[in-house]
Amino acid sequence: MNTLLKQKKVDNKTSVKPDIKENNQTKSEAAMDKNVFEVNNLNLWYGNDQALYEINMNVPQNKVTAIIGPSGCGKSTYLKTLNRMVEMVPIVKTSGSIQYNGEDIFSDKHSVEGLRTKVGMVFQKPNPFPKSIYDNIAYGPRIHGVKKKAVLDQIVEKSLRDAAIWDEVKDRLDENAFGLSGGQQQRVCIARALAIEPDVILMDEPTSALDPISTLKVEELVQELKKKYSIIIVTHNMQQAARISDKTAFFLNGELIEFADTDHLFSNPTDKRTEDYISGRFG
Amino acid sequence: MSGIDEKNNLKRIRGRVILNNVLKGLFFVSTTIGLIFLALLLYRILTQGIGYLNSDFITSFPAPYPEEAGIFAGLIGSIMMIAIVAPVAITLGVGTAIFLEEYAYKNRWTKFIQINIQNLAGVPSIVYGLLGLTFFVYMLRLGYTLLAGGLTMALLVLPVIVVAAQEAIRSVPSDIKEASYGMGASKWQTIRRVILPAAIPGILTGTILALSRAIGETAPLIIVGAATALYTLPDSLLSKYTVMPIQIFNWTGRPQEEWQFVAAAGILVLLIVLLFMNAVAVFIRNKFQKRY
Repeated sequence: MNTLLKQKKVDNKTSVKPDIKENNQTKSEAAMDKNVFEVNNLNLWYGNDQALYEINMNVPQNKVTAIIGPSGCGKSTYLKTLNRMVEMVPIVKTSGSIQYNGEDIFSDKHSVEGLRTKVGMVFQKPNPFPKSIYDNIAYGPRIHGVKKKAVLDQIVEKSLRDAAIWDEVKDRLDENAFGLSGGQQQRVCIARALAIEPDVILMDEPTSALDPISTLKVEELVQELKKKYSIIIVTHNMQQAARISDKTAFFLNGELIEFADTDHLFSNPTDKRTEDYISGRFG
Repeated sequence: MSGIDEKNNLKRIRGRVILNNVLKGLFFVSTTIGLIFLALLLYRILTQGIGYLNSDFITSFPAPYPEEAGIFAGLIGSIMMIAIVAPVAITLGVGTAIFLEEYAYKNRWTKFIQINIQNLAGVPSIVYGLLGLTFFVYMLRLGYTLLAGGLTMALLVLPVIVVAAQEAIRSVPSDIKEASYGMGASKWQTIRRVILPAAIPGILTGTILALSRAIGETAPLIIVGAATALYTLPDSLLSKYTVMPIQIFNWTGRPQEEWQFVAAAGILVLLIVLLFMNAVAVFIRNKFQKRY
């Protein structure tokens, strides 16, 4: 536990420097920052249907990276490739490389389980386990071998606080998580993802099933979380991408059309297709 | 104008409503017929058997006179048999279901295995008796023992348990599985902590149906050599044994009328044991459902 925590602190320190640099040179390229993911020539097939074409994309550390695009453009598939959840579909084939902190995620040296403890995920539909709120949060630490009640208590409280839901649930930790509202369930799911102390959090349209107020809460939470985590968020909602992200990627028909600073992409898109999409001409 | 012709349609609606009522009546009659026969059966057995059903009947061994005969050997034999069948069939059945649903690649082979398991569930029980006779009694040289009978019965109910457990496992929502895998849980951790707890009510229901079948089954046990009249209890897995249905079958075959009443009392004991098993299953299932 302690070593994990230390590790993260060191990571955070190193990542502060490039941030400052970027502020000095206003339009520094992503290459100057530290990247959590470096994706090169990624192709992906479901059986014989190609879903992703030659994706090249570097995901910066401690930033919010939004992925937008119309339905079926491959953005969720791409997100799930980053923690290899896409392989839950047995007919998936990939080519190309994805490096996580400089290491190939498809390499036999690393287990998917190890990758997923570092790259957590929040899903589209809130999917708490049919267990108590406490057991939901403690699930991750438990499967990774934490047994002491005191340590678990601490992790549960910290995760719920970090997910900005502690005050709402602290008196009902023993109640079934299904009894919470959709928005609360989603924040419990975020807390559950935080409890395994990941470096990256992948979010697959986390607010699409939520009402506007719950959505706002999750968006504020994302802003708070990026201080400690790198966040990649798939969203249908362009305004949301504009509000919360630092960088935005636009996907269309399985291709990465444009990837740039969010301000830049929305105010001054280079590609015609990006412009058409963000101005609402299709999709 | 195309589409709905209002005038004709009104007439047709009347026809549809009548058809609906006729069918409703038919379905009601079907249900009632089943219930009537069940009630008749219970009534007949109760009136015939209740006179012989007392504590002596439950604690006595078979005897040459109806008044002295009891079902003790069959009752204990049946319970011991279930004690063999349940662990063997549940372990193998749930294990098979987990493998087929969660580990095995979905290809032509698994589909082939799948179809065969479903077919096995429909194979006549006497065939399992022949299999048990060949394999357990002769090849493994277990002889006409409790163990051979129990293993034969376990094979008989195995397909039912596999199919029920598969259904239960398949009905666990995939999003909570994904949540578990997404946190770096291994397959087994996900199965043990997420899938099985959610699937246990369904697995239990199937299992109890299967065990109910095992406790009432006669034919295969006659083939693998269950005794018809036994004056001692089995004292080990390799003892001779009898079970309630065989005891009852034996009594019904005797010419004197009193024996029919003894058989009815035996059936009552069998029914009570069945009801008790079902009650336990319902209790366990409710307990698990409350936890989630």
